[in-house]
Amino acid sequence: MAQYVVKRLLGLLPTLLLVGFLVFLLVHLLPGDPARLAAGQDATPETVELVRKDLGLDKSLPQQFVRFVGGVLRWDFGQSLRTKRPVATEIRDRFMPTFWLTVWSMVWSVIFGMAIGILSAVWRNRWPDRLGMTLAVSGISFPAFALGMVLMQIFSVQLNWLPTVGDDTWRHYILPSVTLGAAVAAIMARFTRSSFVDILGEDFIRTARAKGLDERRVVFKHGLRNALIPVVTMMGLQFGFLLGGSIVVEKVFNWPGLGRLLVDAVDMRDYPVIQALVLLFSLEFILINLVVDVLYGLINPTIRYR
Amino acid sequence: MATLPANAVLVADAHVRTPWSEFWRKFRRQKVAMIAGAFVAALVVVAIVAPWIVPFDAETFFDYDALNARPSAKHWFGVDSLGRDIFSRIVMGARISLAAGFLSVACGAFVGTLLGLLAGYKEGWWDRVIMRICDVLFAFPGILLAIAIVAIIGGGMSNVIAAVAIFSVPTFARLVRGNTLALKHLTYIEAARSLGASGFTIVMRHIFPGTISAVIVYFSLRIGTSIITAASLSFLGMGAQPPTPEWGAMLDAARADMLTAPHEALFPALAIFLTVLAFNLLGDGLRDALDPKIERR
Repeated sequence: MAQYVVKRLLGLLPTLLLVGFLVFLLVHLLPGDPARLAAGQDATPETVELVRKDLGLDKSLPQQFVRFVGGVLRWDFGQSLRTKRPVATEIRDRFMPTFWLTVWSMVWSVIFGMAIGILSAVWRNRWPDRLGMTLAVSGISFPAFALGMVLMQIFSVQLNWLPTVGDDTWRHYILPSVTLGAAVAAIMARFTRSSFVDILGEDFIRTARAKGLDERRVVFKHGLRNALIPVVTMMGLQFGFLLGGSIVVEKVFNWPGLGRLLVDAVDMRDYPVIQALVLLFSLEFILINLVVDVLYGLINPTIRYR
Repeated sequence: MATLPANAVLVADAHVRTPWSEFWRKFRRQKVAMIAGAFVAALVVVAIVAPWIVPFDAETFFDYDALNARPSAKHWFGVDSLGRDIFSRIVMGARISLAAGFLSVACGAFVGTLLGLLAGYKEGWWDRVIMRICDVLFAFPGILLAIAIVAIIGGGMSNVIAAVAIFSVPTFARLVRGNTLALKHLTYIEAARSLGASGFTIVMRHIFPGTISAVIVYFSLRIGTSIITAASLSFLGMGAQPPTPEWGAMLDAARADMLTAPHEALFPALAIFLTVLAFNLLGDGLRDALDPKIERR
């Protein structure tokens, strides 16, 4: 098991290096001179040259890449062009709100998604299934930003039940996490249903029924564990969707998280921040997928790690 | 003499099941997917004739006496904060969203399918390089890849389409590669090779048709995702710029007037929802009709 994790981690290295290289190239692919961008529009040519030297932009590309990787390993992403603060500090301040937002979205979308999926599979082609799957296909078709605006209009403006923007109390988390999780819950529901329908048609389920187990035990004890295997894989992929989706949802709810930091940075062409965030988001995604692969083995004993 | 036409009738009576008629027979049974398909077709027609059917110009007509007005007989979907007719803007927006969804997925599917065929058929070095590129593209979660691309090449609708196309490439490449790997060792491919068919002929005439049904299903489902992605980028201010009547950009503009004029947000939101829903339902129906493994349970 430990051997497998180490092997997978080593296998990730080429992907990580390539991702890092692309993110590094970002600066050089930007139109215009990055040194001038960093120095500001009104800087004199002398200042621009100074900034160029300071940022190491006068060195050759390989040298710059080594410097960039060295910085990343020391968690040093340079300075934000907009606020002049270290990028690492900016990220630290914004990390937790985004983290909790994605975690809560995941938690409730897994619970609701799986519940709807199981109900739909058990009552296949009857009204709970029809209702559940109608909800699910609507969920994947409603873009997060539109859903967020609709929910805010109903629950904050009309009914005045929940706060609109910010992240001060737990009540602030309800609407954004529902908005962010809706699509994932919908995908989980569809996926759980099809996985469950397959499992419920298997011979061992018929055996369980034949030996007189009540339906609840058949579904939860024999069905659930087997149906869960593909669902867990799906969860990992959906986490990436949540990370990406948080960027949009944070704008709707004016959430003080990483997503809004990224949108603002793209607006202001604040490339050190863009670089760091793109790297961080993909790093998170890659690591989560690794964790999911390992979890996969824990719930599926038929998989042997080599 | 008279037996020949009689024979022809007999053949028609026996219902020769071509793949196409088989598909149609299964697809026709799914009422929801049929309705969704009709809706998509109607939408395409509306998008094509949009400039000639809109009651007002979407960008240059301003009704200053009716700012933020609710829906009425004159303005079916109401008026926005600058005095523009929302119905006209929604209809023109269909052009943009459908074009963005279709073009980006078409480019992505084309490149992705070619790469997938190449990787699956050649294997070895080609396969490793192409799949490594896909891994890297997959390492950027969701919309992030599109945002990074837009950050480099700049905003605007054509750049958004390019970004969303690149975002679709790895999905198609993986799908087609998997199918190609499964098909290439089948006997009929071996037969084609033993007859002296070139690699190109084998891939294009014998392997590609075997992957086409999966590509069509993904194509339809992917258009929904791409329309949402493109609208999201416009909503974030990175795509279509004002005064372009793009649905995502319209929603972004409506945010400022949510308290006084919620209908400005309602109609673009509904437009995106119904369009994407139609493509998703159509995709589901196509999958059920094209996948031989799925018999209706």
